[in-house]
Amino acid sequence: MHKSEKVWLTISFGMIMLFMIATGYQAFALGMAPPGGVELIDPQKVNETAPFDQPGIKQIGDNEYEVVMTLQLFSFTPMELEVPAGATVHFKLTSKDVVHGFQIVGTNANGMIVPGYITDITQTFHEPGEYLVICNEYCGIGHQVMATTIKVY
Amino acid sequence: MEAINANAASLKNKANEILGVNPEDAKLTKSFLLVSFVALLLGGLFGLLQGINRAGLLELPSWLNYYQVLTAHGLLLIVVFSGFFMIGYFYSGLSHTLGGLLPKVRKLGWIGYGLSMFGTVLVVIMVLMNEATVLFTFYPPMMAHPIFYFGLVFVVLGIWSCCIGAFIQVADWRKKHKGQHLPILSFFATGAFVLLLGCTLFVAVEVLFLILPWSLGWVDTINVMLARTLFWAFGHTAVNIWYLTAVSAWYVIVPRVIGGTLWNDTLTRVVVIALVIMNITGGFHHQIVDPGISDTIKYMHVFMSLAIGFPSLMTAYALFVVMERAGRRKGGKGALGWLKKLPWGDVRFLAPFIAMLAFAPAGAGGIAQTTFQLNAVVHNTMWVVGHFHLTLGMSVAMTFFGISYWLIPFISGRVLTPAMNKLGVIQTYIWAAAMVLMAFAMHTAGLFGSPRRTSYTTYGDHAAALGWDPYMLLIGFGAVLLTIGVLIQFYAVIHLMFFAPKGQTEFPIAPKEPGDVTGYWTERWGVWVVLLIIVVAMAYVVPIVDMIVNAPPGSPPIRPW
Repeated sequence: MHKSEKVWLTISFGMIMLFMIATGYQAFALGMAPPGGVELIDPQKVNETAPFDQPGIKQIGDNEYEVVMTLQLFSFTPMELEVPAGATVHFKLTSKDVVHGFQIVGTNANGMIVPGYITDITQTFHEPGEYLVICNEYCGIGHQVMATTIKVY
Repeated sequence: MEAINANAASLKNKANEILGVNPEDAKLTKSFLLVSFVALLLGGLFGLLQGINRAGLLELPSWLNYYQVLTAHGLLLIVVFSGFFMIGYFYSGLSHTLGGLLPKVRKLGWIGYGLSMFGTVLVVIMVLMNEATVLFTFYPPMMAHPIFYFGLVFVVLGIWSCCIGAFIQVADWRKKHKGQHLPILSFFATGAFVLLLGCTLFVAVEVLFLILPWSLGWVDTINVMLARTLFWAFGHTAVNIWYLTAVSAWYVIVPRVIGGTLWNDTLTRVVVIALVIMNITGGFHHQIVDPGISDTIKYMHVFMSLAIGFPSLMTAYALFVVMERAGRRKGGKGALGWLKKLPWGDVRFLAPFIAMLAFAPAGAGGIAQTTFQLNAVVHNTMWVVGHFHLTLGMSVAMTFFGISYWLIPFISGRVLTPAMNKLGVIQTYIWAAAMVLMAFAMHTAGLFGSPRRTSYTTYGDHAAALGWDPYMLLIGFGAVLLTIGVLIQFYAVIHLMFFAPKGQTEFPIAPKEPGDVTGYWTERWGVWVVLLIIVVAMAYVVPIVDMIVNAPPGSPPIRPW
């Protein structure tokens, strides 16, 4: 093996390791793991299962909110939320039918909503504005209209 | 009788050596390639419709809606174009480097061709009838017409027939050539077919055991997460097989076209082995933002996905060394003088060269989006679409195009004329420019949050969505340019197959560098397959058992279109 190749491969190997260490540290030490959650729910009984029998927004702390939200063809419930600037919002999301996506444009909040599972996503809204919330997984013929907004005042 | 058969066989072998091509094997490859490029033409035209729809310039009619077009575009290009090309190319490689296909292998090839064609036709009909508007990923609980799934089963059965044929061919050669190395192109083919069989097993389980009983109404509900996971064990590996196919040409064919020699033979084989062992295990990087999978399991898959980057980085080094060596031997001086000695006017080199260049940003983008937290930034946005237009649309497709300019004349007993070569060079530049433009626009729009798999929308004229529009116009423009590229490429294929002047074309396989001795240990395919199974088991047994044991109540079928 040529010397330059050894150097190249060492750098390559080091780069991949650096990526792993950085992401691992962020995920497990800083609690910045990507969205997920392992809570289950019967996708045919979302309406009768707490807390999804009462979707809505609830203040749970100092400028901290919990949003319980269902996704269904082709809408979000509740729609058009409002929170003050600086609010940290914990979203609890589930689907009543097919696989959907949940993405708040302009933020890193982005996760899959799979029927039978509850996805947890937390987002802090530092800047005021009207945030666009969209479904980013194809869910049917009306997928392109499945959107709502979050107003941060 | 046997003696006569043996005599006839040896005569055939001799004829094969003299003429360079076995006409019956050529016919098989020709049939696969023809289907491949028809799929490119149709898939490309569907892509044009999508591109101009997303640019906001075309509203698609209800009888051919955006999502139907997208389903057809994805299946035709990701599965049919690439899959048929890969099988045709490698079968021709096996025939050429292993002394002609065995009659039963040829038969298995034809059976595979028939089954896959039948399956493809069923799938395409269902999509065009708007009975299977479920996209390339067909995630349950969205349910297509059962015939769509039967079509998929036939496609997979056809693929298996071709895989088994390839294994028989290779095993037979090894038995007759004890102690010899499998020729390098056949080594690549073996790896690619091992992966193809391995990954289609997952999707076969998904379709046969989960989806079909459910779509026929035998069971009421389906395990959505399990289906999704099995799909991605297949889905990502499939595209990596197309990539491995392209890589085989970079290592074996391109050095010959530029008048050079092979890269270190042992290391080349190590790259193949590494790609085979580590490829299937990265599937969860498509599910990083899914619920139902623990962070530690996701993290393991991130690691396994990133590990695939290592052999690719080995490849990057190897290819440039091969080119530099060839350029210097032709008298190239100085740090970059060797570049001038490369045959830039030869489409057989130019197209795969640009394909290799594209893999640099494509691979880097892939590493970025695989990386856990960064995935959440771009997941399901146009960024991802940009990524696979670089990887598949450029790295793979342009290499396949480059191959077509010698492989099709080779199997058709024709030659590539200078005029045709020139057209190929023009096609290459058009394609490259269009893809670069489109991929740039897609990556950027994705970073601004524009979702993939969504027809034109402004979300009620929301400011954020309106901000994507300039990029969408660029995508539309790119799609128009690409259509021109597709038409030229299709014309070139038909011309080279049926109308080019008769003559002999070389199957370009580079010779080894003098003194390059291959380590025989690389031939232990049994060990590689066992390692592959161990790694796959590490990645999948725990989460899949968890998904089955701790499954939520299933989902009934839904048809939301």
